Amino acid sequence: MKYELTCINCPMGCRITADYDGKEVTNIQGFTCARGKAYAQTEITDPTRMVTALVGAAGTHAPLSVKTQSPIRKPLIFDALQEIRKTVVNPPVHIGDVVIADVCGSGVNVIATENIE
Amino acid sequence: MKNVYDVIIIGGGVVGCAVARELARYRTKTLLLEKTNDICNGQSKANTAILHGGYDAKPGTLKAKFNVLGNAMFDRIHEELEVPVQWNTSLVVSFSKEGHPALERLLDQGIQNGCRGELRIIDEQELRRREPNVGSTACEALLVGSGGIVCPYELTEAYAENAAMNGAQFLRNAGVTNLRRLPNGHWQVISTVGTFETRAVVNAAGVYSDVFNNMVSERKVHIHPRRGEYYIVDKKYHNMFHAAMFQLPTKMGKGVLVAPTVDGTVLIGPTAEDIEDKEDKQTTAEGLAKALQEASRTWENIPTRAFITTFSGLRSTGDTGDFILGEPEDAPLFFNCCAVESPGLTSSPAIAKWISEQIAGKLELKENPDFNPIRKAIPKFREMTAAEREAAIAANPDFGKVVCRCETVTEAEIREAIRRPVGALDIDGIKRRTRAGMGRCQAGFCTPRTVEILAEELGISPLEVTKFGGGSRLLEGYLFEEGKNHA
Amino acid sequence: MRKTDILIIGGGPAGLAAAVGAYEAGARDILILDREERLGGILKQCIHNGFGLHTFKEELTGPEYAQRFIEKVLEYQIPYQTETMVIDVSPEKVATCVSRQKGLERIEAKAIILCMGCRERPRGSLGTPGERCPGIFTAGTAQRFTNLEGLMPGKEVVILGSGDIGLIMARRMTFLGAKVHACVELMPYSSGLKRNIVQCLDDFGIPLLLSHTVVDIHGREHLTGVTVAEVGPDLKPIPGTEKYFPCDTLLLSVGLIPENELSEMAGVKIAPTTSGAEVDEQLQTSVPGIFSAGNVLHVHDLVDFVSEEAMKAGANAFRYVQGTLSKGGRKVPVQMGFGVGGIVPQFVSENAEDKVSFMFRPRNVYRNAKVIVELNGEQIYSKKSMILAPGEMVNLSLPPEKLAGLKTADSILVRIEVPEA
Repeated sequence: MKYELTCINCPMGCRITADYDGKEVTNIQGFTCARGKAYAQTEITDPTRMVTALVGAAGTHAPLSVKTQSPIRKPLIFDALQEIRKTVVNPPVHIGDVVIADVCGSGVNVIATENIE
Repeated sequence: MKNVYDVIIIGGGVVGCAVARELARYRTKTLLLEKTNDICNGQSKANTAILHGGYDAKPGTLKAKFNVLGNAMFDRIHEELEVPVQWNTSLVVSFSKEGHPALERLLDQGIQNGCRGELRIIDEQELRRREPNVGSTACEALLVGSGGIVCPYELTEAYAENAAMNGAQFLRNAGVTNLRRLPNGHWQVISTVGTFETRAVVNAAGVYSDVFNNMVSERKVHIHPRRGEYYIVDKKYHNMFHAAMFQLPTKMGKGVLVAPTVDGTVLIGPTAEDIEDKEDKQTTAEGLAKALQEASRTWENIPTRAFITTFSGLRSTGDTGDFILGEPEDAPLFFNCCAVESPGLTSSPAIAKWISEQIAGKLELKENPDFNPIRKAIPKFREMTAAEREAAIAANPDFGKVVCRCETVTEAEIREAIRRPVGALDIDGIKRRTRAGMGRCQAGFCTPRTVEILAEELGISPLEVTKFGGGSRLLEGYLFEEGKNHA
Repeated sequence: MRKTDILIIGGGPAGLAAAVGAYEAGARDILILDREERLGGILKQCIHNGFGLHTFKEELTGPEYAQRFIEKVLEYQIPYQTETMVIDVSPEKVATCVSRQKGLERIEAKAIILCMGCRERPRGSLGTPGERCPGIFTAGTAQRFTNLEGLMPGKEVVILGSGDIGLIMARRMTFLGAKVHACVELMPYSSGLKRNIVQCLDDFGIPLLLSHTVVDIHGREHLTGVTVAEVGPDLKPIPGTEKYFPCDTLLLSVGLIPENELSEMAGVKIAPTTSGAEVDEQLQTSVPGIFSAGNVLHVHDLVDFVSEEAMKAGANAFRYVQGTLSKGGRKVPVQMGFGVGGIVPQFVSENAEDKVSFMFRPRNVYRNAKVIVELNGEQIYSKKSMILAPGEMVNLSLPPEKLAGLKTADSILVRIEVPEA
């Protein structure tokens, strides 16, 4: 399958094209530096994203901000968001506290990014 | 006895509210019905905010008469109602020597109309000495000493508050749908909030005043809304011009105005476009471009980066070209304030006085010895001295919380704007009463805080807070119901 | 009158770093004033990640980044006062502020650091025709509603402007269940980071309409839609290209304006190219003892550079208080040559002692161009870049030895040189 993507490493935003058959990325073109090539490789085979989101906090409308402790696989984003959205924490919560362990079986925890007392 | 009002006023614009106040000088039971969520919500809030000297209207017209009479009443209004008024003069600038005869005609008209104060043609030298920033083609001007500027919102609010203090009742979101003559000679007023009986009706319904006249009288009136588009320029430029700078009308058009406002910004506009729809207050690309182009004769190189906002207003232009005031022959005790377009703001106190005298005569109203003409403005933190500020915060700590950073409006002022008689019910109402949100950032900073205060004061959810009533809610919903999820 | 050595106005990223910088330079009498309930400024609502790579070598969210500095402030026991609005600053360095708790206070400082940040350009300043209905928010106001107050502005969204806040809000609104129909950008390029274009728009199939703008706003009681049209090279809408997008929310990300009302009250000269204070390489403004740093000085892309700049301002403010800040002698103006916009500093002292950093925004997109600094007609710096773009500030440093020529120079020139076609 043909892939077309924009490199995010610098403002050049190189348009990179490549082929991927599910096993191997071939014919990578359009990059201008090694970082671009590597980006294309991972972005095609195993794209990941940090997810930052909001969870409810008991007794208030004001949400608590959270993030995945490390990037999760891109196709998991919306599943993870759904799980995050169902979560309500009980204050106090502090930066780094685990809010959801192993979100959607990703192996990644969702942790608090702010303190609420 | 049945619950009968002496007077029901339709419309809470500057004229309706002025009439309510004037009537409060008599022992009356007055009710004002306003269709929208707030008073001062139609042409009274979107106009040039000028106190016209009275040179512009044709001698012998009601416009000429009430303009000059009204103009003379504003020192007293300023004193009694603490409404910001500045007598900064008006200049009607000619950009061509050929305009001289037209200036002479205006001068002559002004003299005939009885304009008070200085009224004379000034040459280019004097014009440039007074207004060094006037455009390079300006060559002479009519100086109108009795020209001034006023805050149209505060004027309307002050009339209303003072009327309410003296016993007048106000209902908002109360649209009148029909008027009927009862067998006893009274009027039945059918509205969206109920049916009322009254001895007299005042029709101050602005662009809709034709509708009410035509319900009760065969002397038909037609109001066609005339839209005017405006710009507001940052207060950084408030010293560009001292006077309200009119352009001498020519074959090419009436010209647009460049005028300082009492709040320190500069107003540019209006265009004049006849439209059909009485609710169409959009700004248009063409209209805005036209206003700018015409204004650039007065103000060359207008700093377009300094625009704070644009808006449009509808003038209630009637087909006679003059105000239509008083009782139609075939509808006794129905008092028109129809087709009150410019100079309606300036004329408002005089119209109100005349109308209420008419009503008092017909209904044989007695004077109200308890009438208190004094209304105190909401204390403006931005205008206080350091000592006054200190005292204000000591008395009410909410003065220590600045909510609108651009205009330095405090929480105390916002709360008072809501708590006053005929107080604010929505974000725009707070804006007009306190200037919170009218500054440079156009409410980007204060909106979340104003929403919170409104919700708290009115005992509603932030989700129910509106910009101007009806369906104009700001926010769609909560993300989390106090810690419960949406699931 | 209350007195302090160093008064910092604003407790956002710049103010916090300025306090830390001043403390670490030796200052012990510092006061931070902030108008909000909590320190951290705009970072409180920037819950996305991408902050701190330069400063902490890890990617943090806004609140986490702010907390690192707040903890320093707490550790150093630097006094701060929240819910306090400064309403005046005099050239004599007396600040007047108000708060519920303490009323009106006048605070006399030996040095002041202006860290007030910036505000968003509103709809009114664009002159976009149409209705004035609810449903139109600046991106930052909407961000505050969602991220801090848990309130949702709407469900069907169009974004005008492709600045980073707009892009970030496109993703946030998508995450919160809204449908973002388009991101509309007047210019033929986006001023946002490529990463944000990919991860906030492309990831969710949100179209980026370059060379387009909103030409009409519809909806009397509430926003119901916007008309978008393509613009020509003159940035004027092209008739016939109009397209209607139904939406209940229009978010504006059309520029930031440094908030310099207090600076102007203090008599600080404002540079038209940055809308921030004119400063020398020590970040001192035209008023001796008043310094400026962060987005109030010029709008940054990266909070890391805000912190770095503010720490320097803090340290210099302390030197000023101590009387050890280099007087620097004559101020040599910095000229902006081809392609250079909004440079900071605007002046370099002829006796500059430390390295001198320049930051500026390229005026356009330039490929394979060189950034050149010239002193007395001689190139003292030259660096080639594959790409320069308005969305990415150029940050360059010159060691003092390169600047010996300043003594005899009338000006110092920074310019971009593009390869000949």
